[in-house]
Amino acid sequence: MSDTGVARIQIESVRKSFGAGGRSAPALIDITLEVAPGELLCLLGPSGCGKSTLLNIIAGFIPPTTGRVLVDGKPVTGPGPERGVVFQEYVLFPWLTVAQNVEFGPRLKGVDAGERRKIVTRYLEMVGLTAHAEKYPVQLSGGMKQRVAIARALANNPSIVLMDEPFGALDAQTREVMQEELSRIQRVEPKTIVFVTHSIREAVYLADRVAVMTSSPGRIKQIFTIKLPEVRDRFAPEFTHYESELTGVVKEEVAKVRE
Amino acid sequence: MIRCAALLACVVFWAAVSYGNRAVELMNPVLLPTPTEVIKVGADLALDGSLGRHLLTSLGRVAEGFGIAAAAALVLGVLVGTSTPLRLVLEPMIEFVRPIPPLSFLPMFLIWFGLGEASKVAFIGYTTFFPMFVGIAASVLRVEVMLLRAAASLGCSRLDLIRHVVLPAALPGIVVALRLGFGLALFVIVGAEFIGADAGLGHMIMEGRVFGNPAQIVMGALVLGVLGSLVNALLLATERRAVRWRTLR
Repeated sequence: MSDTGVARIQIESVRKSFGAGGRSAPALIDITLEVAPGELLCLLGPSGCGKSTLLNIIAGFIPPTTGRVLVDGKPVTGPGPERGVVFQEYVLFPWLTVAQNVEFGPRLKGVDAGERRKIVTRYLEMVGLTAHAEKYPVQLSGGMKQRVAIARALANNPSIVLMDEPFGALDAQTREVMQEELSRIQRVEPKTIVFVTHSIREAVYLADRVAVMTSSPGRIKQIFTIKLPEVRDRFAPEFTHYESELTGVVKEEVAKVRE
Repeated sequence: MIRCAALLACVVFWAAVSYGNRAVELMNPVLLPTPTEVIKVGADLALDGSLGRHLLTSLGRVAEGFGIAAAAALVLGVLVGTSTPLRLVLEPMIEFVRPIPPLSFLPMFLIWFGLGEASKVAFIGYTTFFPMFVGIAASVLRVEVMLLRAAASLGCSRLDLIRHVVLPAALPGIVVALRLGFGLALFVIVGAEFIGADAGLGHMIMEGRVFGNPAQIVMGALVLGVLGSLVNALLLATERRAVRWRTLR
């Protein structure tokens, strides 16, 4: 958190409706939110609450119907390399090797081959895939693919990383391992992260702050600051306390959808 | 192995029928040439250099016509596949002309371009362009939007996206389209050379008909068959190399 208290991401009265002319029922309303430099903010909510839509708006993949998003004071008009994205479905380039995927961003920037090799070595080491550098994505497991995707995003040195349920497709064990790795990487090389999840445990384990969203239309219901140590223990009483507190709030929303 | 055996069986069957026919004269033996007659005609024409000349003439026309059409189909296919405004303008035009059987335009090409090389090259180009264009545009359109998003958030400009994502992602489909186009080029060159040509495999076959030499017709057909198989094998090998990443385990 080196910067001077200025928000890295400012979301100002964002509203999003889909359909012709945006006339259908809104997916998001009244979203106003700030993310500080170096902060990990979790967007938490039931499926269909629009949290991925909000992430896509920050990423610049889709425009908001009204309102705007500022990154370092500049309005977002499209995707950009200062905002790295990690997708639930990994979305690696299947025709490139692991190493070539990781150096994709630096290569676009015109970084020379020697420097790129250093970058690849460093980030593959960080995600523990050094031995798999020459493999193609089809040869990797889901967890390994997601590590490559994280390495690819970080190797491009973005100031912001947007993660859309990145561990959602992984089995429970792999998922916890990946959470621990992300938390470790975040300590080594802090980024401003917006992390979408519907897992309360995941949010409490990773987040500095958790923004709980309501469903249809999606809006920010409540923001929790997680005051836990950097290295977290999933079985500590304080951890469980946050978990049950958040569970109560999220349950209300799930119940509303059912009605 | 099985393929070789099947091929051999075909030749044996042909030999049995043609030599049998010669023995019992069920029909005029001249009309049903035997393998030896066909080989003899082939050898004669190869020795006096005319087979090579016909082959090179046809191949030259195919290469030129196919090359021009492939370049055009690639450029327009990528443009139409990546730009919605262009798609809205170009697609109806192309779809209007595409269903017309190209052969019906062959006389037109002869009128426009005369009996020389230009009419054949133009006809091959015209005929092969449409299936290649449709195939390339479709495979470009099918490139996953998520891949484009991932690349854009790594810093790809519009041009970068085409070069680094659209082309490699669509490559398997593009290679298939080129393969179909080349096969079609070999198909139509023969037709084009039937009418108004003084050289080429199609002309050589037509000569066989005019001079009452069925062995020459069969020989021409066999040369075309072998040529088609060779080119197809070559393109298949290229295709496998191009999509090696798909089949690795």
